[in-house]
Amino acid sequence: MPIRSLKGALRIALLIAIFLLGVWSQSSGVIDDFIFYLPDVQFLAVQHLWLTLISGSLAILVAIPLGVVLSRPSMARFAESAMQVLNVGTTIPTLAVLALSMSFLGIGTVPAVFGLFVATLLPITRNTYAGLKGVNPALMEAAAGIGMSPAQRLLRVELPNALYVIFAGIRTALTINVGTVPLAFLIGAGGLGELIFTGIDLYDPVMMLSGAIPTALLAIVVDAIVATTAFLVVPRGVNPSRA
Amino acid sequence: MIRLDNLTKVFDTPKGAVTAADHINMEVPAGEICILLGPSGCGKTTTLKMINRIIRPTSGKVFINDEDTTDLNTQELRRNIGYVIQQIGLFPNMTIEENITVVPKLLGWDKAKYRERARELMDMIALDPDAFLKRYPNELSGGQQQRIGVARALAADPPVMLMDEPFGAIDPINRAVIQDEFLKMQQALKKTIMFVSHDIDEAIKMGDRVAIFRAGRLEQYATPDDLLAAPKDEFVESFLGEDRALKRLNLVKVRDVVSDEIGTVSPGDTLETALARIDDFGYQNAILVVNDRRQPVGLITRAQARTTKGYCRDHFQNVPATVSLDDDLRKVASLMFSNDITWLPCVDEAGRVCGQITQRAMTHHLGSRFRPKEEAPATAASATKE
Ligand SMILES: Nc1ncnc2c1ncn2[C@@H]1O[C@H](COP(=O)(O)OP(=O)(O)OP(=O)(O)O)[C@@H](O)[C@H]1O
Ligand SMILES: [Mg+2]
Repeated sequence: MPIRSLKGALRIALLIAIFLLGVWSQSSGVIDDFIFYLPDVQFLAVQHLWLTLISGSLAILVAIPLGVVLSRPSMARFAESAMQVLNVGTTIPTLAVLALSMSFLGIGTVPAVFGLFVATLLPITRNTYAGLKGVNPALMEAAAGIGMSPAQRLLRVELPNALYVIFAGIRTALTINVGTVPLAFLIGAGGLGELIFTGIDLYDPVMMLSGAIPTALLAIVVDAIVATTAFLVVPRGVNPSRA
Repeated sequence: MIRLDNLTKVFDTPKGAVTAADHINMEVPAGEICILLGPSGCGKTTTLKMINRIIRPTSGKVFINDEDTTDLNTQELRRNIGYVIQQIGLFPNMTIEENITVVPKLLGWDKAKYRERARELMDMIALDPDAFLKRYPNELSGGQQQRIGVARALAADPPVMLMDEPFGAIDPINRAVIQDEFLKMQQALKKTIMFVSHDIDEAIKMGDRVAIFRAGRLEQYATPDDLLAAPKDEFVESFLGEDRALKRLNLVKVRDVVSDEIGTVSPGDTLETALARIDDFGYQNAILVVNDRRQPVGLITRAQARTTKGYCRDHFQNVPATVSLDDDLRKVASLMFSNDITWLPCVDEAGRVCGQITQRAMTHHLGSRFRPKEEAPATAASATKE
C-alpha cells in the first residue's frame, strides 16, 4: 500500500514537472523556435527513413542468405574464416566505412546507402549464422531421421528455431542504422544529420536538437516495430518473450 | 524384416579410430521387437542409426524386406522408417499436433486425414488430444514429450520402427503402463522394431529377441528366455545379473508348467476317503475339495483328516489362493512365498480346477533349461550367424 501511494506521488510529480517544462518553454519561446524547424524536420525525417529503409532491406536481403549459406555443412571449411573477416568488419567505425565508400563511389545517396548497407549487413549475417549453428543437433537429426530433405529441414526446422536470434540481429542492426544515418549527411546524402551537424556548426542548440530528438524517436520506433514483428512472427514455442 | 550383414562403423577421431560397430550380423523377423541391450558406449545407437543411414556404415549392408537399402533414396527410406531419437528431439517451433503430423504432411496426406490421425495417436499414447494438441513441446513434461516422440514416429504407420531408449525419461510406474500400452499396440500393428535399451527388465519384457552388445560386438542374440537360460559367456551372465533365474519367472506362464493331475475330494466324501486320497497321491499336507462343477471350495489338511471323523463339507479350510493358466510364474512364486505353501491349484476361465502347479515343477522347469549345454550353443548359433 505505501509503495503504491509512493508510486502515485512520483507519477503526479512527474506530470507536474512536465507541465512546468511546457509552461517554461512556451514562455521562453523555445517552442516557437522548434516549430520554425518543423517543415525541415518533416522533409529530412522522410529522407532519413528512406536511407534506413533502403540500406536496411538490402542488408537483410543479402545478410540472411549469406548467413544461411555460410552455415551449411559443406561450407564449414570457409565459414569460420569468413565470420572472422565479418567480425573484424564490425569493429571498423561506421564513419570510416562511409569515408571509404565515398572514396570509391563519390558523394551522394549511393555511397551513403552502400556504407550503411555494409554496417547493417554484419550484425545480421553474424546472428543468422550463429542462430542456425546454434540449433540443437538433436532437432537436425530428428528432422533428417523422419525423411526431410535439406531444404525442408532449413525451412521447417532450422530457420524457425533460429528466427529469434536472427530478429535480435535485425533489431540491433536497424537501430544502429537509424542512429548512423546522420553521418550520411557528411557525404552529402541528407537526412536529419543536416540539422544536427549544421546546428553544431552554427552553435544553435535548438536546431541541433530538432535533428537529434527525431533521430532518437525514429530509433525507438524502428526498434519497437522490429520487436513487435519478432513477437508476432517467431513461433510461440521458441519465443522467449512469449513464454 | 531387418537384416544386418557385416555392418561395421569405424569413427575417425583425433585420438585414433574407434570401432563403434564391428561386423554385426543379425536378423529381425517381420513383426518382432528386437532389443539392443548393452552398457553405455557399446554401439547400440550407432548400429541403430546405420539402419536409417543417419550414420553411414564403414562397410556392410542393411537389408529391409530383403532389399538392400544402400542404394535406395535416403529420404524415401527414412519416411518408411519410424524413428524415435534418444534425445526426444521434438521441434520446439511446432505445436504437438504439427510435430505429430510432420511425416504425414511430408507424404502428402490431406488435412482431414492427418488431423484425424493426430487425435487417434494421442488416444493411443494416453494423452488428452484437446488438452495437448495445441501446446508446444516446452509446455510438456519430459515423459509426455517422450510419448509424443513415439507418436510422431508412428504417425505414418511405418512398417519398421527404430526406437532409441524411447521410455528412458519416464518414471517407473508410467513406464510400465506405457510399455504395456505399446505391447498391446504392437500386437495389433505387428511392426518390425529395433529398440535400444539399457534396462535388462525392459528388454525381457518388451523383446521377442534381445541382442547383447559389448564394445561394438554382438555378443549374443537370442530370445529372452534362451538368453536367461543359457548366457553365452561371463560378460552376458554378469550383465543379466545374478538373479537372472528369477527374471525368467516373468517369461514362463503357468500353462507351461501346470500338471493336470490333481487329486480332489468332494464335500460329500468322508475324511477317511480324503486321508486315503492324500496318501494315494502322495501329498504331504492337504487335498483340495471341489464342488460338482469342479470349483475349489476348500482344503482338507492331513492332520485334520487323520484326527477327525466326519464329512469333508464340515471340516475344510479356505483355499489360500488359485492361479490361472495365463499368470506368469513370478506371480505364482509370490503367492507361494506369501502363503507359505509349495503348491497352488490352477483354474480355467470358468473358475474350474484344471490342474496344479508345484514348487518342484517350477524349479524343474527352470532348471532343465539352465542345465543342457547341448541346447544352449544351438540357440546362440542360429541367432548370431557368424
Ligand atoms: N560421431 C562420433 N564420432 C566419434 N566417436 C563416436 C561418434 N558417435 C559415437 N562414437 C563412439 O562410438 C561408441 C558407441 O557409441 P554409441 O552412441 O553407439 O553408444 P550407445 O551404445 O548408444 O551408448 P549409450 O547407451 O550411452 O547411448 C562410443 O565409444 C562413442 O564414443
Ligand atoms: Mg545411445
